Amino acid sequence: MTSQDENGPSDTSRTPVLAATGLTKSYGRVEALRGVDFELLPGEILAVIGDNGAGKSTLIKCLSGATTPDSGQLYLDGEEVTFRNPQAAQDAGIETVYQTLAVAPALDIASNLFLGRELRKKGPLGGLLRVLDFAEMRKQAKDHVSRMGIETLQDITQPVETLSGGQRQAVAVARAAAFGSKLVILDEPTAALGVRESGQVVKLIRQLRDNGLPIVLISHDMPSVFELADRIHVQRLGRRAAVISPKTHTMNDAVAIMTGARAA
Amino acid sequence: MAENLVTAPAGPPSADAKSRGPGNTVQHLLHAHPSLGPLVVLIVAAIIFDLINGRFFSAANLSIMLQEAAVIGLLALGQSIIILTAGIDLSVGAAMILAQMVMAGLAINSGWPVALAILLGLLVGLLTGLIDGVLVTRFHVPPFIGTLGTLGVFTALGLLYANGQTLTPGPNSLLVWTGTVIHIGSFSLTTGVLIMLALYLVVGFILARTAWGKHVYAVGDEPEASRLVGINTTRLLLSVYLLAGLVYAIAAWVQIGRVGDASTDISSTLNLDSITAAVIGGISLFGGRGVVLGTLFGALIVQVFQNGLALAGVQDLYQQLAEGLLVILAVAVDQWIRRVRK
Repeated sequence: MTSQDENGPSDTSRTPVLAATGLTKSYGRVEALRGVDFELLPGEILAVIGDNGAGKSTLIKCLSGATTPDSGQLYLDGEEVTFRNPQAAQDAGIETVYQTLAVAPALDIASNLFLGRELRKKGPLGGLLRVLDFAEMRKQAKDHVSRMGIETLQDITQPVETLSGGQRQAVAVARAAAFGSKLVILDEPTAALGVRESGQVVKLIRQLRDNGLPIVLISHDMPSVFELADRIHVQRLGRRAAVISPKTHTMNDAVAIMTGARAA
Repeated sequence: MAENLVTAPAGPPSADAKSRGPGNTVQHLLHAHPSLGPLVVLIVAAIIFDLINGRFFSAANLSIMLQEAAVIGLLALGQSIIILTAGIDLSVGAAMILAQMVMAGLAINSGWPVALAILLGLLVGLLTGLIDGVLVTRFHVPPFIGTLGTLGVFTALGLLYANGQTLTPGPNSLLVWTGTVIHIGSFSLTTGVLIMLALYLVVGFILARTAWGKHVYAVGDEPEASRLVGINTTRLLLSVYLLAGLVYAIAAWVQIGRVGDASTDISSTLNLDSITAAVIGGISLFGGRGVVLGTLFGALIVQVFQNGLALAGVQDLYQQLAEGLLVILAVAVDQWIRRVRK
């Protein structure tokens, strides 16, 4: 625990939604993680920044179940957990939005929201013939999208490929928020987007946090990070170098810690 | 039902047609209803051929065309499911011939009960699908190359097993049951035709209305996104190749009924014809787009051109020419539709 934590706006005495202690992971002779600690507190946006090779992606993969750490513990709401695959993390209420626009373009918005979790009709039609309940899925998708305040997604039956990049990412984020009961991990959600479209997604992320959903945000986009994050986890050389607050640190400070120009 | 099949998987089109030019409207219409294009081509071609030769629309001629289309229709159906996953199957014809020779060989040469021989033939179909599927999913061989390899293997196995024989079952054998003629009004269909139509209904329904169907489209469209949302893409692809293999084996049974015997001496264009029918029918070679109802229209278009041009007294070569032009047109239209934007 670094001294900067007390400067953060969040109350560190609360049980973290998601925590990790001493995570290690090696790929052959490359040590990607050398004992990382991690805490995501209730209701906060925690940004994870770090130079290439600092172990950001590996850390996130451990949290989302995409890979399993060699050693170390994961705690969800204070209980120790292990995720053997992304499905296990999803079942536990952790949803991840990946950098690439992870949607199926030819399917409509409702189908994308429910992809992999389709609702079947009630009765023998759904049970025996496994027929999907499109009306119900569309209704729920519409409710969810309007509850999240995504005005740009008007027609829920629109194929995703007719949407702009920002709207597509909004679909992916909406999907994660719909099923991420505990928290949502956003891996470079604006990397593939233009400035205006990034703005839409940033707005949406803030909206999610205001609804009370804890968010882990991995991003290279420093202005967005400083605009959104409550606390910033700085990853360096496979370890957590510091946790800083945008209120007490500048972007230059963050970059200095990230690159090792300044001790945390 | 048929209406549902046309609209899937995109659902009803977004209604705002305002501020769109006519070209744009057509583009969006085709985008939402991928089987509309082939249906229009089919109707226009049929009308033109009937104007050229009045016999075209006779019940007898339409019946013959449907009977002729049954085998290629079934092969194109299996092919379509695979193409929907952004794959391709070059081994269709060989898989069908192998299944056919096993059915007939076991029943006629080895004296097995015919029903059991047919069942074994269907299993052979599943096995060919399994081999293709394992190559694609476990060994990560591109479908084009993998099925090119199995095309050779299945062809050779079929020839080795058949040993150059033509096997002719008795007229009452279950093997030729698929050729049984059924009179509906002045039309004479065969059980094979009905089997084909039934399978189109079943597969079309599964693709449009079940999670498995949605996942077929999603995996063909964006495999990585599908994997990330928790779809077991390996198992899905495997099930697709298995289903296709089973459909090819059913096509084998229909083929025996249609011709009255089983031989390895079947048109070598079956592979390409099945792809042609699927592509003309609006199944995108890039995966994730199209409906099997379109494939049915595609198979019928191929048949209508062959039959119509023959009735018009045109040389064989022009049929090939027309088919080739249709394929190019279909792929060009597909590329155009894929560029649809709001």
